[in-house]
Amino acid sequence: MASRFKDVLNSGKFVITSEVAPPKGTNLEKVLHHIELLKDKVDAINVTDHQSSVMRFPSIGGCLAIKEKGGEPILQMTCRDRNRLALQAELLFASSRGINNVLCLTGDAVPVGDHKEAKGVFDLDSLQLLKTIRLMESGQDLGGNDLDGAVEFCAGATVTPGAQPLEPQLIKFEKKVEAGAEFFQTQGIYDLDNFGKFMEHARKFPVKILAGIILLSSARMAKYMTQNVPGIFVPQNLIDELTAVPKEEMLNRGIEIAGRMIAALKKDSICDGVHIMAIGKEEVVPDILAAAGL
Amino acid sequence: MKSITRQKPFEEIRQQLDSFNRVFIIGCGTCATMTKTGGIEQVMEMKSQLQGVDKLVSGWTVIPIACDEMSEVAMKENDRAIQNSNCALIMSCALGVHKISTYIDLPVIPALDTLFIGVEDTPGYFREVCAQCGQCIIGETAGICPITACHKGLVNGPCGGTNNGKCEVDKEKDCAWTLIYERLKAQKRLDLMRKYQPPHNFQASPRPRTVKIS
Repeated sequence: MASRFKDVLNSGKFVITSEVAPPKGTNLEKVLHHIELLKDKVDAINVTDHQSSVMRFPSIGGCLAIKEKGGEPILQMTCRDRNRLALQAELLFASSRGINNVLCLTGDAVPVGDHKEAKGVFDLDSLQLLKTIRLMESGQDLGGNDLDGAVEFCAGATVTPGAQPLEPQLIKFEKKVEAGAEFFQTQGIYDLDNFGKFMEHARKFPVKILAGIILLSSARMAKYMTQNVPGIFVPQNLIDELTAVPKEEMLNRGIEIAGRMIAALKKDSICDGVHIMAIGKEEVVPDILAAAGL
Repeated sequence: MKSITRQKPFEEIRQQLDSFNRVFIIGCGTCATMTKTGGIEQVMEMKSQLQGVDKLVSGWTVIPIACDEMSEVAMKENDRAIQNSNCALIMSCALGVHKISTYIDLPVIPALDTLFIGVEDTPGYFREVCAQCGQCIIGETAGICPITACHKGLVNGPCGGTNNGKCEVDKEKDCAWTLIYERLKAQKRLDLMRKYQPPHNFQASPRPRTVKIS
């Protein structure tokens, strides 16, 4: 079955994706509400996979819920929690249920999460997972055996355009392209000049780049991310802009900033689309789109 | 090369010795002496700590190399005291504990946790540089093993958690891939970083690993 998302990527339109996070528990009310809210407003919805190494309802479960509601899911798969048997098995299952988009991630480290004593698996890495998908599409598994029924995926990966130093990140980006990545959803970007420089390099490769837009919900969050999240840099003028408004206005200002950035990226065709991460504030993603004029 | 150990919390040692009153203590004169976990000073300290919780220390010895066959001789020399004990508390790495367990009939209790095989960078600072995985790739990674030095053991380049040359799990820890990148760049061999490294063969030498030299 072909991926609807792949058709959108190849259509030349400015692509919009967003993401939802499954719950810690079996109460799906909130995530189902977010899916309902986003499914007709974005081209595809990522479902996070134990984000930040915090144990949750699985990504594949969230993807099934999106399918059931008629949306287009992107299955996030990290290499942290499963060995190559389990990863391949999940790809078979996803494919059998019409989940045709996968974002291949290494996964955050175990100690940053809520099961600090767990074993980090990392039997494969994100690159090897991409290659595995391409291999399985040819009808084989990693053990060299034939598959009775192959898979077909639109496979993506991530890149951090603000990483320091940048060159090792670019080398890995190129390796991911060679391994078969068709699209990239980047780490959150705020400095458009810097991102433009990254895009000059990325444009040399036959892949679609969706810029990561993380909603700034407060000045404090902006400062925290700059200081603590690898590869994220919020320029001082944006922090000042948030600080200048009253506390209750900060979220609205954050929505405005996100909308403004998306509009700028689209207007100058800097990249192929955006991936909006609202991190707990999924409710306002439609407002961000409206602020972007989409 | 040294077997790097850390003493277990005394409470854990005490619990393991719960049903034993007469304890024979064995230290090691090699790695555990260098790491100050099982040398003569630590053995003496353990002796007084055990006496402090009403254990009878029936004897003690510090074997030159606990993991060596010569340990058998050391055990024979102390035969009388050992026979007069309920257990042996061993302050060496697990290799020494295992070796000694083959020479005496007493229950053996490890006083140390064996952490890794490491090198001493500066006096008193020990670091793991090899995970003994059986598939060495450091010829392509500028002598730095990413399986050991990268928290996730990644072989195809840095993850997104790399941050100004440091690791996401510890701001003090160097990112292995930044180190590899810098060294390969200086050697003008960055092309090696572009090479795809296939999945690791974890059965290169199935456990327990053995080698027989013909």
